[in-house]
Amino acid sequence: MKAKSAHHLWQFAGGIHPPENKSISTQQPIQDLPMPDKLVLPLRQHIGAPAQPVVTVGDTVLKGQKIAEGQGFISCPVHAPTSGVVTSISDHAIPHASGMEDTCVVIEPDGQDRWIDKQENPDFVTLKKTELNAIIREAGISGMGGAGFPTAVKTAPRDNIDTLIINAAECEPYITADDVLMRERADEIIEGIEIVARLISPRRILVGIEDNKAQAITAMEKAAAGTSVDIVVIPTKYPSGGEKQLIYILTGKEVPSGAIPASIGVVVQNVGTCAAIYRAVRYGEPLISRVTTLTGLAPKHPGNFNVLIGTPVSHLLKTGLQAPVAKLVMGGPMMGFELASDDIPVIKTTNCILAPSKEELGEAIPEQQCIRCGECAKACPANLLPQQLYWHSAAKELDKAESYNLFDCIECGACAYVCPSHIPLVQYYRFAKTEIKVQKADKEKAERAKIRYEQRNARLEEAKRQKEEQRRLRAEKAAKAKAAKAAAAKEAAASGEAQSADAPKKTSQDDDARKAVIEQALARAKAKKAAKQAKSSNDGSATPSATDKAE
Amino acid sequence: MVMKFTPHSSPHTAGNNDTGKLMRLVVLCTIPGILVQTYFFGWGTLIQLVLAISVALGVEASILKLRQRPISFYLKDNSALLTAVLLGIALPPHLPWWATVIGVTSAIMLGKQLYGGLGFNPFNPAMVGYVVLLIAFPVEMTTWVPVQSISEHQLSFLGSLNMIFTEQVGELTTQSLKQLSISQFDGITAATPLDTVKNDLGNMHSLQESLSSPIFQALAGDLWYVGKGWFWVNLAYLAGGIYLIMRKAITWHIPLSLLATLLIISNMFSLFSEDSYATPIFHLFSGATMLGAFFIATDPVSACTTNKGRIYYGIGIGILLYCIRSWGGYPDAIAFAVLLMNMAAPTIDHYTRPRTYGHRIPTVTKE
Ligand code: SF4
Ligand code: SF4
Repeated sequence: MKAKSAHHLWQFAGGIHPPENKSISTQQPIQDLPMPDKLVLPLRQHIGAPAQPVVTVGDTVLKGQKIAEGQGFISCPVHAPTSGVVTSISDHAIPHASGMEDTCVVIEPDGQDRWIDKQENPDFVTLKKTELNAIIREAGISGMGGAGFPTAVKTAPRDNIDTLIINAAECEPYITADDVLMRERADEIIEGIEIVARLISPRRILVGIEDNKAQAITAMEKAAAGTSVDIVVIPTKYPSGGEKQLIYILTGKEVPSGAIPASIGVVVQNVGTCAAIYRAVRYGEPLISRVTTLTGLAPKHPGNFNVLIGTPVSHLLKTGLQAPVAKLVMGGPMMGFELASDDIPVIKTTNCILAPSKEELGEAIPEQQCIRCGECAKACPANLLPQQLYWHSAAKELDKAESYNLFDCIECGACAYVCPSHIPLVQYYRFAKTEIKVQKADKEKAERAKIRYEQRNARLEEAKRQKEEQRRLRAEKAAKAKAAKAAAAKEAAASGEAQSADAPKKTSQDDDARKAVIEQALARAKAKKAAKQAKSSNDGSATPSATDKAE
Repeated sequence: MVMKFTPHSSPHTAGNNDTGKLMRLVVLCTIPGILVQTYFFGWGTLIQLVLAISVALGVEASILKLRQRPISFYLKDNSALLTAVLLGIALPPHLPWWATVIGVTSAIMLGKQLYGGLGFNPFNPAMVGYVVLLIAFPVEMTTWVPVQSISEHQLSFLGSLNMIFTEQVGELTTQSLKQLSISQFDGITAATPLDTVKNDLGNMHSLQESLSSPIFQALAGDLWYVGKGWFWVNLAYLAGGIYLIMRKAITWHIPLSLLATLLIISNMFSLFSEDSYATPIFHLFSGATMLGAFFIATDPVSACTTNKGRIYYGIGIGILLYCIRSWGGYPDAIAFAVLLMNMAAPTIDHYTRPRTYGHRIPTVTKE
């Protein structure tokens, strides 16, 4: 590969060179699959709020029809990948590391693959930015490289972006979905990139591709000729496709811990996402299919497929097996997660289904003690000390683990890959992260409870204080009255006349005053009680004793 | 039919690194040094090694059994083997067998298993064993043998065996050896060159006088003297060590910083007073310098874990090594220098944390 781009590259710390195993799946062009028997569409395939179904069981839907609506700003709608009937809306196993279930819309295809009326835009260049972004949002596009962040949020029009980076590194072993997409659809990708560029007006556009994809690089360079898109060839090293790493390689800038790339003027999009954006804008096609790599030594016909979103993995495996499947990994061998069964659908983020044979990626080797060799630290792209993170995570010294920047770990697995003691380090980090999050949530809850408790105490104090005050006032008043009475009696006695009839009258006046005071107090207490009840039901927690004790 | 699996955490693939293989490689890289050592100092070293290894594996296995751990799984990490080899090499070739047994047992038990086994030991186990012996049996531990070629009594294999296990050869006994070896070179035992220089300088002899002893050899010119045999032994460990670095079993940081420090300090002092301080070349190629720099100080468990920390760690050992050799109570000092720096390692690690991606400064742990 000629080093065409004179672009300066930065080298991120650490990194590893695992066997690439990419040629397994690059022998064939992108192929289509037969129509599956069912399509299982999770309502949450993206980061953010799950979509809400807008169809009901029994509805007939058309290809491209919206079946669930995004909820709120960070969310994504879901569309029917083909025409058919909605057969169920219920819990189904979804692709998730925890093996959990979530609500899915299941469609039984009618085999006719009838489209809705698509809103094509041959001259989309004339569209307004807001219109463009609305199309992206409505098309249900979320990041297709892995994380699945709703794209429209990142392409919202703005003018403070310095660099648009297109992630085409595809650094994980085995995966070739982006590679073949670039080989075959470079033009669409470039068009998509230009749409994104129009939306966020970056100063420059850099496409980072690892140098192990010669054909893709050629195709992309050809398609980018004459545009403002720079194809930058970067050295092959895992995890150069990690967002933070790629940003560093291309710009020399680091995303501050806990911040997003936009905070340093960078937006990163995946190549596949760009192609999807183009199809949505130009042809009005929502995101209903994607290119997914089927690879490993178990499938008889490994390769890249146009897969309808919702296609069960078992359907992909129906292309044939040549060896028993040892495990099923969604994503790559470094960061992907294992599936609990093959009855789990391909979703918008599924770039690869890895079905290795037993010999290829078999059982994990039993874990030995950490010998503090530091290999992991040498491999860590985030410049962490994985051995310390491990040590403290294993000992459940969570605050220490956190102080070693546990949350800057991107879970790339480079450390575990090189560890001579075969320690499943990432597993420990995930565990520690979850523990810390749970503890923090608990703490916050306790904190809130404490605040509520203190507020209640303060209210009680106040009530008590008021009561005291009233008593004091009453006592004063009574004393005054007594003094007045005494004075009057003196006067009367002095005048010597029989004015005793006045006395009972006075007493009854006193009684009336006292009654009024008591009534007032009762009314106040009632009002307070009502207010308190309203408050406590607002807090969502019952504090029954508070009102009881108030009086 | 639905395929079912039990999911595991990523990554789903692993490289070829392996602790057992790593330790084995380190052991293998000591072989050139061992051979040269045997060539110059006789069979004793080999006998000590066999003895040390058998005792180490036996002790390790028994403790694992007591702690109810899978024996063969842990023995395969080869850490007991490596400890035994490093200690065996460092022991005087004719050390009585019981001393070796005590040393190796201490190394495995006090040095490692007491802390919970491999990975938990703050000190280098081999050096723990060495120091226990040095403190308990100072005379035996500083009684070395002369280079075979200048020895009047060349001990055969059987002779060495006898010496180690019955503590006598002919009319010579370890008792008489002890007396003899303290003052002079007697043909069957000898102080090491480091010892000799130290004693002579301590007794107000000049370095030149000391160097007239037959245990020294001039490489070239007056200043390029080294201990006979020792030079080649060190060279062999240096070669093994470089191979370890090439194979990425260790990094260059500790050996290089250690040796560079030793070179610089010894050069300073020897320039300052040629007559009272040994030359850099003598320091670098005497005693256990190379063995220590490449094989002992680099024990990952007890050393610093970051590369930057390792440099400070190496420098620390270099300084201590020189100080103890020149002014301390013991002629060679690898063991003490390493153990002292073992103690400092956690602190060094604490202050040499790398700057994490996305952070402006290295975060220091709140303790
Ligand atoms: S690579 Fe493994 S054994 Fe080595 S320091 Fe890291 S966790 Fe420990
Ligand atoms: S998984 Fe985390 S600790 Fe391990 S190498 Fe990757 S970023 Fe570093």
